[in-house]
Amino acid sequence: MSILEKTFTSAPGRAISRKAGLKDPPRLRRGRTWPSGAIIHGTIGDGSLVADTLHLLGRAVEEPVVDAGTDAPGYGQKIGALVVDATELTSISQLERLRALLRPAVRGIERSGRIIIVAREDHDGWEAAAAARALDGINRTVAKELRGGATSTLVWVAGDTTASDLLTTLGFALQGRSAFVDGQAWKVASTATKIDDLVTAPLAGRTVIVTGAARGIGAQIARVVARDGAEVIAVDIPPAGEQLAAVANEVGGIAIQLDITQADAGAVLAQHVAQRGRGLHGIVHNAGITRDKMLVNTDTARWESVLEVNLAAQMRINEVLLDPDTDGGLDDGGRIVGVASTSGLAGNKGQTNYAASKAGVAGLVIAMSSDLASREITVNAVAPGFIETEMTGKIPFVQREIFRRSNSLDQGGRPVDVAETISYLLDPGSQAVTGQVIRVCGQNLVGA
Amino acid sequence: MSHNAVVIGGNRIPFAKSNGPYADASNHDMLTAALDGLVARYGLSGARMGEVAAGAVLKHPSDFNLTREAVLSSALAANTPACDLQQACGTGLETTVYIANKIALGQIDSGISGGVDSTSDAPITVSDPLRRILLKASAARSAADRMKAFAQVRPRHLAPKAPSVTEPRTGLSMGEHQALTTEAWGITREEQDTIAEASHHKLAQAWEDGFFDDLVTPYLGVARDAILRPDTSVEKLAKLKPVFGGPQGTMTAGNSTALSDGAATVLLASEEWAKEHNQPILARIVDAEVAAVDHPGGADLLLGPVAAAGRMLARQGLTLDDFALVEIHEAFASTVATTLKAWNDEDYCRGLGLDGALGTIDPSILNVTGSSLAAGHPFAATGARIVPTLAKLLQERGPGSRGLISMCAAGGQGVVAILEAV
Ligand SMILES: NC(=O)c1ccc[n+]([C@@H]2O[C@H](COP(=O)([O-])OP(=O)(O)OC[C@H]3O[C@@H](n4cnc5c(N)ncnc54)[C@H](O)[C@@H]3O)[C@@H](O)[C@H]2O)c1
Repeated sequence: MSILEKTFTSAPGRAISRKAGLKDPPRLRRGRTWPSGAIIHGTIGDGSLVADTLHLLGRAVEEPVVDAGTDAPGYGQKIGALVVDATELTSISQLERLRALLRPAVRGIERSGRIIIVAREDHDGWEAAAAARALDGINRTVAKELRGGATSTLVWVAGDTTASDLLTTLGFALQGRSAFVDGQAWKVASTATKIDDLVTAPLAGRTVIVTGAARGIGAQIARVVARDGAEVIAVDIPPAGEQLAAVANEVGGIAIQLDITQADAGAVLAQHVAQRGRGLHGIVHNAGITRDKMLVNTDTARWESVLEVNLAAQMRINEVLLDPDTDGGLDDGGRIVGVASTSGLAGNKGQTNYAASKAGVAGLVIAMSSDLASREITVNAVAPGFIETEMTGKIPFVQREIFRRSNSLDQGGRPVDVAETISYLLDPGSQAVTGQVIRVCGQNLVGA
Repeated sequence: MSHNAVVIGGNRIPFAKSNGPYADASNHDMLTAALDGLVARYGLSGARMGEVAAGAVLKHPSDFNLTREAVLSSALAANTPACDLQQACGTGLETTVYIANKIALGQIDSGISGGVDSTSDAPITVSDPLRRILLKASAARSAADRMKAFAQVRPRHLAPKAPSVTEPRTGLSMGEHQALTTEAWGITREEQDTIAEASHHKLAQAWEDGFFDDLVTPYLGVARDAILRPDTSVEKLAKLKPVFGGPQGTMTAGNSTALSDGAATVLLASEEWAKEHNQPILARIVDAEVAAVDHPGGADLLLGPVAAAGRMLARQGLTLDDFALVEIHEAFASTVATTLKAWNDEDYCRGLGLDGALGTIDPSILNVTGSSLAAGHPFAATGARIVPTLAKLLQERGPGSRGLISMCAAGGQGVVAILEAV
């Protein structure tokens, strides 16, 4: 800690900074926890998708307080969440109903509460398209206005999306697991999946490979997927072997010392899976590096090493694991999760190589998801924003504090926030979620 | 009922020079680290193994239960039993034989062997007179008696006694013994330096090729064997002064093993257990033998492996031609040279009661990934370094490939074993 950082975090330092308007960031609700206040169910039209899903989730719901226009009625006591079924939204005038539902809710929501809007992605006609897109602006703005760690999420569904399809997504969005996912929108398609329960160990009996698992976000991914029942194959470069072994032993998994850029990396992984004889449910491509320099100073070596580790290596590994002839390849119905970055989506000074690789991950996920749909393999990515790790701990304090505060939750995320989102994507119940890039960034000010 | 005892794999920490990066690590720490890396590699966290056997040549009295304590510190299940075994430099191989034998007899179905040594954290003891005074003082009934006992302490009593590796019966160090052997067998300086150079070059190449990625786990920030000098050469080695055998001697610090710190482990099981637990099988332990020579009577201290190998090969009906690979522990470069020479010496072999010379081996099958000169030699760990290395090499060469291990040890002993790829 620098002297500046020590002063800032000391008791008198905090008192002064509070007076100066820098509030202590809110403590976020995390883990498999539900909002403590009532879950309010509102609708625009008479869609039943949200009601059915909340029923499957075993959540009791309460009637909404609806703003009549000018007065502002309250809820009396804090509410935990407002979930709006907007699947029947087709006109601009219907948006008034949403305003009337949101106004009392935003005012009365508890700390770490949730606003969730579920709406149809495909629309009939120009006005319906405009109204749907309006939801996106509303979601992002509400996320920015909410305080105390409360978040807002927009979930797009298809015409035939069922409550089974939506179950894990609504569960994730309501629970503390989505703590650092704010102002985001992603899609839940429709599948033949039939599940009627949110289970606590969805990955039980399944094997998941996590690359870059020796430390930071990767180590936390290993812990969370192991908590959710998975047998973890933890991968990192040989020099990181000591920490890797500690993580593997902690989660009861196995450690493979392997540089993912090695030509035979995919084959080595498949061979281990085949040896274990239990199939492969998923792989999380978390290993990543940065070699930051302004573009004018970026040489071939800096360019290539980042694109190799962050993008090309995982593509080669995927090809091997997806080859039906590979013994120890990915099971049908399996999961591939990439780790992008908000820097990739938004661009970041000094990170052309990194942004290229991370935007590439997003591109890869979108392209692969449709091609693999017939094998029921889902392909998604998370895009972390500022996450508190050893890596970001090296950023000078003032800059770090600025990064921390430049999102709607006034703080950096934790590795567990990224890991929880990944585990949700790995969940066999999340079959209807594919081709999505979910930002875990507390609604970072930069980026799409 | 008899079972095939097989090698599933191994794990060691990189070896390092005495008082180097592991100066503050104890035998307990290093053995625990080696075990934890093995547990992680084979997914054994929380598993109860049949038994763990390991040992150390230089051991603190407080480490009387070294292996059991390391097991308790490791990620293995706390109800995994353990024992300490010691057979000087042969320890890591002898513990492997011990576990393999129990597996073969069906007494256990899985186990771990290993060894560890630290010459940095070697046990220092007090002089005998001081020890007697201290014992008298602690037995004293009154403060006055205690003071009387302490009054006998003289400054010369306070000099600590470091453990020595001299042979108690000859008063000669191992190097001094080997210098006699080197001279008697006419081993040249150049022969020795060539062996040393090859050891470094082959070990360096194996590291480059990633061969050790699934045999070694980094420890305390050390990711590769720290004694290894990839750029050494016969020319550079030729410049070193002799350290054994007087001014005319041929043995130098370059062609003798350095005092080292490190730990190594081997995962063993019955073939059935390995299959049931979806573990890979590299090789089976075919046979082993220990022999000893009468070094107080003048025999070459480190040529125990000659009789051991001769008797074992005869029992198995094998000759040196039947081996795809041979590992001869490089205590000194000249041990390797004299062992090879002795194996091929009709009179010497007959003198040991063997039917004749064992013959020669193709030099290209010897220590193909380097040995102790380059890797270092933490005494008790070396055998457990060699076993998984050889098992992996044999597996790469295909089923049926045989390998021979030969290790000399203090006290005029030699431990040998045969592995065969499954
Ligand atoms: N920390 C953040 O704020 C942040 C933000 C956005 C994205 N990310 C991404 O999240 C991922 C994890 O980040 P982190 O902060 O935990 O980083 P980290 O540097 O702490 O961990 C990355 C791990 O990947 C391993 N690795 C690197 N190259 C490898 C290779 N060739 N083969 C195998 N393993 C390799 C490293 O050894 C390390 O253990 C990275 O992809 C990173 O780009 C992080």
